[in-house]
Amino acid sequence: MSRGAGGNRPPLPLVLAATVIVGLLLLPLAYLVLRVASGGGRSLELLFERQTLDLVLRTILLVVGVVATTILVAVPLAWLVVRTDLPGRRAWATAAALPLVIPSYVAALCLLGFFGEKGLLQQALGVERLPDPTGYWGALAALTLSTYPYVFLLTQAALRDLDPGQEEAARSLGASRGRVLFRITLPSVRPAISLGGLLVALYTLSDFGVVSLMRYDALTRAIYLQYRSLFDRTPAAVLGLVLVALTAVALALEARVRSRGRLYRTSPGAGRVAKPIPLGRWRILALVWCSAVVGMFLLLPALVLGYWLERAIVSDRAIELPWREAISSLSASGLAAAFAVVSALPVAVLALRYPSRRSRVLERLSFAGNALPGIVIALSLVFFAARYASPVYQTLALLVFAYVVRFFPQALSGVESSLIRVNPRVEEAARGLGRGAFATLVTVTAPLARSGILAGAALVFLSAMKELPATLLLRPIGFETLATEIWKLTEVGAYSRAAVPALVLIGVSTPVLYLVSADRRPGRGGVD
Amino acid sequence: MRVFAGLATLVAAVALVGCGGDDSNKGSLTVYSGREEELVQPLIDQFEEKTGIQVDVRYGNSADLAATIAEEGDNSPADVFFSQDPGSLGAVADKLVELPQETLDRVAERFRDSGNRWTGTSGRTRVLAYNTEALTEEQVPDSVFDLTDAAWKGKIGIAPTNASFQAFVTAMRLSAGDEKTRQWLVDLKQNDPKIYEKNTPIVEAVAAGEIDLGLVNHYYLSLVKAEQPDAPVANHFLAAGDPGALVSVAGAGVLASTGNRAQAEQFVAFLLSDEGQRYYTESAEEAEYPLVDGIPARSGLPPLETLKGPDVDLSTFGAELESTLEMLRETGYLS
Repeated sequence: MSRGAGGNRPPLPLVLAATVIVGLLLLPLAYLVLRVASGGGRSLELLFERQTLDLVLRTILLVVGVVATTILVAVPLAWLVVRTDLPGRRAWATAAALPLVIPSYVAALCLLGFFGEKGLLQQALGVERLPDPTGYWGALAALTLSTYPYVFLLTQAALRDLDPGQEEAARSLGASRGRVLFRITLPSVRPAISLGGLLVALYTLSDFGVVSLMRYDALTRAIYLQYRSLFDRTPAAVLGLVLVALTAVALALEARVRSRGRLYRTSPGAGRVAKPIPLGRWRILALVWCSAVVGMFLLLPALVLGYWLERAIVSDRAIELPWREAISSLSASGLAAAFAVVSALPVAVLALRYPSRRSRVLERLSFAGNALPGIVIALSLVFFAARYASPVYQTLALLVFAYVVRFFPQALSGVESSLIRVNPRVEEAARGLGRGAFATLVTVTAPLARSGILAGAALVFLSAMKELPATLLLRPIGFETLATEIWKLTEVGAYSRAAVPALVLIGVSTPVLYLVSADRRPGRGGVD
Repeated sequence: MRVFAGLATLVAAVALVGCGGDDSNKGSLTVYSGREEELVQPLIDQFEEKTGIQVDVRYGNSADLAATIAEEGDNSPADVFFSQDPGSLGAVADKLVELPQETLDRVAERFRDSGNRWTGTSGRTRVLAYNTEALTEEQVPDSVFDLTDAAWKGKIGIAPTNASFQAFVTAMRLSAGDEKTRQWLVDLKQNDPKIYEKNTPIVEAVAAGEIDLGLVNHYYLSLVKAEQPDAPVANHFLAAGDPGALVSVAGAGVLASTGNRAQAEQFVAFLLSDEGQRYYTESAEEAEYPLVDGIPARSGLPPLETLKGPDVDLSTFGAELESTLEMLRETGYLS
């Protein structure tokens, strides 16, 4: 990475903005520390209990498993759709990204509805009993289903941006295709894979819906059970801080993996498009792989939801389309996306254009709350807002703020990934011609980085659409979103009726997916 | 830049739509409800219609809402807390005010707080749901203590993370003592009970013949029967005094921080009025017990007076929950 704009000191307003933003993101952490401090010695005892260690190990096992599986699923898929002559590449690329719009708890419900007791598979086979789909493998499958698109989308974008020059040089020097793939291509996209893996790891650490439905005892499930024990909120806070510690480990590991990646370009500016690699006799195998992934992760949930919907239609209740809830979801998520990228910009500019120990620490701190389950973030904001900001308590503003706190890293990763590719010399030229720092940011940097900004906004939007625990506690009264509607119906076991809001959620989210995955290389159309 | 202009317009438009109608609720009643919307909204609609008081309801999980009330300190927007279980009410009892005596007098003492800060509004009893093809009612045990018999190995369903199961264990601890309860939990565990997240799937599993017995609340039967009228499943009511026959309540209390005390008390009084109580007999999806004398239970249910659970004080359940969870954790039910 270059020293950026001359390696000089960052302008004060930028530092202030970034510091205030990261400070606000750290509110949940402050709440946890406050709770643990008020618990005194008891808290430390809990930390060293055997059960806590078990929880941590089980959580790590799940995170490692999910990250490994998502990479194994997503990277070959991304390579196939970007770099080979696989038939129907565009369709496969779209289909492979689609599971991102399926909330993980819906994914888990679908897997249980298919493989579980009295599920579709059991009915179809007409057998007495199937192996129990819950537990570690069930949680692994559901979380892989709903998170592998993070790795897929980031790897896909990185592969598209790759300069084919190096690979061509290696080929002309006699390297085999396999050698080029493993020695040049994959190492070059390692930063993207590792960033995707980080998002997957953070998601897995914070997820409650899947581990609860699959009955896998991870830290988040223990935290929820602790909160349900009503009286003492200290143990839950201790476990929350353990999650934050695990996040720190994940961030450190990711930074190590990423820094070993190589980001060479032989020529700056507009890239050339690499020639597709002929698959030849491997084509069948590649198609089988793509069908298996899309079948498992897209068609299976669609099948189960469709089955439930059909049951809802034949039952005598009238089906009402949840339009009001859809508009609520759209507005809260849209605002969250906009605010998230606007607040990610100063942090990203500071970290990338004025790299220093301090700016790096600030950037990493912004991830601190991301692995916390929604209930912790929600209660921390209840605590601060009801006491110190009661006018915004239980307003849309606070809900949007909660979304920004939860999903900030997704906005940041989008903004940073494209900011890296904006040449700082262009910004310096603007400054040299008399533009101020802020004007340069708004009129030069932001437009050049727009694809990444839009991608980051879209990721936040999609996550906010699916968010449930914070929404339940912080939404304005009577403000029902599609996610709370699904919750309301599944809570009373009305799965068939829950299929309607679930499908509407998927339906209105899908167009936004285009912003994340659109091909924005020159001459490829895309969003402009 | 066109994309940005478009995005900005979209966000602005969406913000207008989203914020519309937020602020029109001044002077109305705010209820935090841990009871499900599907279940109690019709009742709340009746109250609005009758009194003209607008009620804003925040639906959520009872324990989450109790934690929310605790974190809100003295600034809670809630006027009434309507909870699924006595434990959540007990957890925030220090934030509730005493209810008027005439409201309290509607309900027997065993169904309300001994400090008068909340009252039960509807009742439920623990039962053994059994598969009527696998067992005759005579074969079903009359005490939960018989469930540790090896004959039931692998045939029992429980939901240990569910609040109603935990309340039942609390009742056992309070009536039979910690030692006996711990032993029972250990012995039951030896019998490989099947673990579920909620009660409804247990009754469905009993109906499907996957298990013979389920430890559940009585009203899940009517929910499952509503979907599958011919399902071979029935409730067995346990012997008087057995912890498995615990009668518990959903209840309500008025927050001390309310600025609307009169209307809040009116709401709780409505829940215990003849009209509010008949709702459980006549129209509620879940066939819970009305608690007020003279309002009969839904036909097919044994009368409330005949249900004699263990002799326990429901208002201590909130404070006891932590010890119960500790015991469930130590005996391996929560992990």
